[in-house]
Amino acid sequence: MKRMTLKRLLVGSYGLLAALVPGIAAAQEGLDSGDTAWMLTSTALVLFMTIPGLSLFYAGMVRSKNALSVMMQCFAITCLVTILWVLYLYSLAFGDDIGGLIGNLGKSFMMGVGRESLIGTIPESVFSMFQLTFAIITPALIVGAFAERMKFSALLWFVGLWVTLVYAPIAHWVWGGGWLGELGVLDFAGGTVVHINAGVAALVAALVIGKRTGYPGTPMKPSNIVLTVVGAAMLWVGWFGFNAGSQLAADGTAGMAMAVTQIATAAAALTWMFSEWISHGKPSALGMVSGAVAGLVAITPASGFVGPMGALAIGLAAGFGCYLAVVKLKRSLGYDDTLDVFGVHAVGGIIGALLTGVFVDAGLGGVGLGEGTTMVVQVGKQFVGVATTIVYCGFVSFVILKGLEMTIGLRVIDEEEDIGLDLVLHDEQGYNLGP
Amino acid sequence: MKLITAVIKPGKLDDVRQALREAGVEGMTVTEVKGFGRQKGHTEIYRGAEYDVTFVPKVKIEVAVADERAEQVVDAIIDAAGTGNIGDGKVFVFDLQQATRIRTGETGDQAL
Repeated sequence: MKRMTLKRLLVGSYGLLAALVPGIAAAQEGLDSGDTAWMLTSTALVLFMTIPGLSLFYAGMVRSKNALSVMMQCFAITCLVTILWVLYLYSLAFGDDIGGLIGNLGKSFMMGVGRESLIGTIPESVFSMFQLTFAIITPALIVGAFAERMKFSALLWFVGLWVTLVYAPIAHWVWGGGWLGELGVLDFAGGTVVHINAGVAALVAALVIGKRTGYPGTPMKPSNIVLTVVGAAMLWVGWFGFNAGSQLAADGTAGMAMAVTQIATAAAALTWMFSEWISHGKPSALGMVSGAVAGLVAITPASGFVGPMGALAIGLAAGFGCYLAVVKLKRSLGYDDTLDVFGVHAVGGIIGALLTGVFVDAGLGGVGLGEGTTMVVQVGKQFVGVATTIVYCGFVSFVILKGLEMTIGLRVIDEEEDIGLDLVLHDEQGYNLGP
Repeated sequence: MKLITAVIKPGKLDDVRQALREAGVEGMTVTEVKGFGRQKGHTEIYRGAEYDVTFVPKVKIEVAVADERAEQVVDAIIDAAGTGNIGDGKVFVFDLQQATRIRTGETGDQAL
């Protein structure tokens, strides 16, 4: 698939876009069974990131009375987004472009997605499901910000509106033939679309919904760090589908995406671990796996563009930057982003998106800057992608949340929060320990 | 009759159980509890959030014995549970007014 890489450089954009631009897609010579096999696998891997990976990662970090509620939120989001995706979301994100802003509704109800239709060298059914798994994990990540206090009904409304009004447009701008992709913003697997997007929405949600009752004075101990470590490990494994799958082909770029993902993740995990060791005196399991997730986030936009040493640098930067954001910044600013979605996903995503513009340089081991583009220009483009996502996502997320707050309300009452969401919202308990 | 309640380190439970068996104790009740004495607690840290954990896990053993056995049982517990370090626990002895074996209705020393 070197041909695809070449085209990507020619259009100054990313593989997905190259496959989607009319004329280029038609130039493909039909289905490739190797590519298709890898994309079937990748799709399953990315779904595995949300259920069970992220669900376990989050459930272990909340208090035991809320463990089931966050798992249920992740699972319900998986189902809800799937239905909205086949009804109209896929078409909004990847339908024929309208003015660089949004897809048309031509693919609503999966119209035209048959056994024979191809995107590049893979069936469109596989492409659509692969992209769906990204649309699932993005709102599921946001759950961490308002965990332990949001009403389940409000969650469903928020996710339905957010994927429609925020996720679909931004996915279209970057990957669906929209204006950010055309501008030359590099986002291989979703640094802006998934991670900055989720992280910014998370910060807005944490601010709008307010702190948990008793935060930060009352101890709020994680229910089960063992589950969190298991979940983080599943995220790491699933992320190979996320990053190496985003090449949409089983080729050398996919292989390098896998390698750089592994390198950055390990570097970030160790960086966070040693930072904590130095500042606190002991290394922690939660810190180490948090660093791993920070590394996974940061290498995401860069994974198809940088080399192994670029990945090492990105991992080091993300591990340290996210450590500072989570452990120091959140404490000093006082907002209650329960599971640090902003500190890990937005901060890690921004670090990764900007450094993609640096380490894409061939002199630094990357695939090389587009013709006539300097590093400064590319970092500037990356900044435009980051800033656009922050402003648009921040504003629209705020409007959605305020609207819901004024109509159905966002949070449970204090007494229900004290009892715990598992019992209050679901008439169940995650943990029935004892006789 | 005496009711002996001992709060000990969780890791010493098996040693104490064995010592009590050797001292002729036929049964006991064990509860996982939390508490603090001179040991105080410890600190836990999760992503920079430091929590002082005042109550540390302990095991509480309850044994009912005939009066003449009480001293021997207390000594056995102290021997088995002691490490010489802070946090080894405490032993309390109470007068016990009545004991009944539910199955047979036996009372007093017969029920122990």
